[in-house]
Amino acid sequence: MLALLLEAYEYFLANQSRFWAAATQHVWISSAALLIGTAIGLPVGIWAARRAHAGQWAINAFGALRLIPSLAVLFLAQPYLGIGALPALVALTLLAVPPVLIAAYAGVRNVDRGVSEAARGMGMTAAQILWRVELPLALPSIVGGVRSAAVEVIASATLAAFIGGGGLGIFITRGYALFDTRIMLVGAIPVALLALTVELALALVQRRLSSNAGMAA
Amino acid sequence: MSSIVAEQLSKTFPGEARPVVDSVSFRIEPGEFVVLLGPSGCGKTTLLKMINRLYEPTSGRLLIDGADARAVPATELRRRIGYVIQQTGLFPHLRIEQNIAVVPQLLGWERRRIEVRIDELLDLVELPRAYRRRYPRQLSGGEQQRVGLARALAADPGLMLMDEPFGALDAITRARLQDELLRIQQRLHKTILFVTHDVDEALRLADRLLIMRAGRMVQFDTPLAVLSHPADDFVRDLLSADDVLRRLSLLRVADALRPPAVNEGYGNGSSALTPTDDLRIALGRVLEAGGESLPVVADGQNVGRVTPASIAAALARGERALPD
Repeated sequence: MLALLLEAYEYFLANQSRFWAAATQHVWISSAALLIGTAIGLPVGIWAARRAHAGQWAINAFGALRLIPSLAVLFLAQPYLGIGALPALVALTLLAVPPVLIAAYAGVRNVDRGVSEAARGMGMTAAQILWRVELPLALPSIVGGVRSAAVEVIASATLAAFIGGGGLGIFITRGYALFDTRIMLVGAIPVALLALTVELALALVQRRLSSNAGMAA
Repeated sequence: MSSIVAEQLSKTFPGEARPVVDSVSFRIEPGEFVVLLGPSGCGKTTLLKMINRLYEPTSGRLLIDGADARAVPATELRRRIGYVIQQTGLFPHLRIEQNIAVVPQLLGWERRRIEVRIDELLDLVELPRAYRRRYPRQLSGGEQQRVGLARALAADPGLMLMDEPFGALDAITRARLQDELLRIQQRLHKTILFVTHDVDEALRLADRLLIMRAGRMVQFDTPLAVLSHPADDFVRDLLSADDVLRRLSLLRVADALRPPAVNEGYGNGSSALTPTDDLRIALGRVLEAGGESLPVVADGQNVGRVTPASIAAALARGERALPD
């Protein structure tokens, strides 16, 4: 096992420029997908939380979207978007939306009814209630949603390599094609480390936010 | 202080056949403490929430200080009305000082003025100023509701709406906060509308009781008048108006005063009554002292006496000798 890791490391040293290009591409495409996914999921989630029936519909629709495997999305999108980074970005974005959306929905929904009623009764406008009360109170939950979306997107971005979208997935597909475990590890280990780092960092942010919000014990 | 006039105020929620509030009309004078009393579902909270337009009436008119409540935007109206609710509704992510500052900030007060006001209010509700930097969850339930009261008073509104504010507190804390509220009211003379289903609380606090049943106003009068002359059996049962002791607790020694007996001394000072003692206590003390009579002392002067017969007469009259 150790020998295998050393060999993988040697392969990495020998292919540094290609590795860093792939890693950069991986981070870039994941970040973009996460950013766009949040930009879609957050407002839709907040909107859904504020109206009872339409909201439930939106949540169910996006929940169902999660059931479609990312790989299927990639291949289904191919006839329309071709190959390369763009269809990969689209698929990853679709993957990022549901966790953020559901977290935003739940976060706003879980704001104590008495708190939002007091805000209204004191004369806050709808926008003031959103920005000063609902969003700050929902923020820990929203960061939690971004966190699970980030992990999913970083892990799934390996699939981009299947349709020529680049990223660290190229080492995995190449290693698989050549029956070379070393090469696969050069892709798999950094992806796992990246996902773990982001997960821990965002968990920390989430914890800080909860205690700042005066809600954690 | 604000006056409130309701004219045929009704509210029917969409999809419901019966109105929750059914053509209610009343006039509340500036500085009055009015308690809305009734069983759950009688429409008292809905009526309260129509005053600050959390609910818009289906029909009827509401005048606050003579002006139609719909003449200004709802948010502007609400900033002029203090609002306290049962669950306190304190913002958990804001410190106590930030919670209190909400309405003054909405009104665009200067920062220095707000800072001074926060200290004033903490003093008023008898919380230490050191609490400014705390979060609501670090306070007890009773303390949180004091903050809720301070927050509602922050911009010095003429009108306060209180929706079962002490409903979630234990009996001792509730009694203490009722006292506080009465003390604050004696100083500030706000117009207060207070919703409760606790009869003792209502009798204790109200200048006038507005009693509701199934969306209609059944009676609107002083606690003593309601107890002495309940409008119907519903009111009689709701207030247990047949409970003699409850009625006695609303009358005072002054209402049952007889001239002093000739040659009567001061009695022994400890058992002497004062004119402001309530008759429930007085009766107990008279019975304890042998059931004859007890002297009444005011400012060291023997001003008269109270006997079981005079108490019975006061009860039969059912009204106060002197207004408050």
